[in-house]
Amino acid sequence: MKTLDHGRVTDSIRSATRDVFSLMMGLEIQAEAPYEEANSTGNVDGVVALIGLAGQWTGGGILQCDAGLARKFYSSLLATECPADSDGVTEEVLDAVAEIANMIIGNVKNEIERDLGPIGMGIPSVVYGRNFTTRNAGSNWIVSPFSCDGGRMLVKFCLTQPASGGGSAELLGREFPRTKHAAPA
Amino acid sequence: MLLDVLIVDDSAAIRKILQRVLRQAEVPLGQIYEAGDGLEALKALDTLRVDMVLADINMPNMDGLQLLERIKSSDKWKHLPVVMVTTEGGESKVMSAAKLGAVGYVRKPFSAEQFRQTFESVFT
Repeated sequence: MKTLDHGRVTDSIRSATRDVFSLMMGLEIQAEAPYEEANSTGNVDGVVALIGLAGQWTGGGILQCDAGLARKFYSSLLATECPADSDGVTEEVLDAVAEIANMIIGNVKNEIERDLGPIGMGIPSVVYGRNFTTRNAGSNWIVSPFSCDGGRMLVKFCLTQPASGGGSAELLGREFPRTKHAAPA
Repeated sequence: MLLDVLIVDDSAAIRKILQRVLRQAEVPLGQIYEAGDGLEALKALDTLRVDMVLADINMPNMDGLQLLERIKSSDKWKHLPVVMVTTEGGESKVMSAAKLGAVGYVRKPFSAEQFRQTFESVFT
């Protein structure tokens, strides 16, 4: 049975993140110690870009940072000044963060699928707000923190293999006989 | 000869970056046109004359491989060079793109040098 190698995931996240930041943004990042966290992100203030992964393995990836860093990412990626309206997290800033997440998580997926087989990737969704939580129904997140330009960014990845045969089919198989036997003879 | 290029990507950020990178690559560029997905690209191709299409794979409405298939099955566009510019690096996606007739495959993140080489291989 194939298993997800957490060390390989962390190495892939670090390598993909370094490549994206150096090649596309000209920004230096420092990797911090990785850790695992429960399948909820806890309360977040800032920007979260999420990408779903599907196939024989399912899960997703997240890029999470505060508004200031998101604006910095936009400026570096587009080589332009960030729009100065309100707190500056415009649609363009969110699009830039989504694309950075797409490149990082996509490249991690490319590495992981060499071991696990083909994995489908969705289109990124991005959320900006205060005091919100994201949650997935699968396993814990593997979290790789990075410091960048005085701020902190988190890249999270989770992948789990659904039970063979599929969860819903198995549930139905158990439920039908129980209902039948419950009726008095 | 200046080359007119259609960039197809659902991310406005990537469309802007690609324009900048193509200029850094010193590709002899004419007009650059943009489309946000495969359907928009087909509409644009109906009215524009371009020398090359750069297309992402993962896009809403019509993805890059579907767009490639439509272009290559059309008598009008089948000779148009299409290069996939995508995060997708899985062997199956690369093979699908090659089978459908893509002339190049550039993975994100990319550099200007990669595009210089890709344009050279297609147009020289």
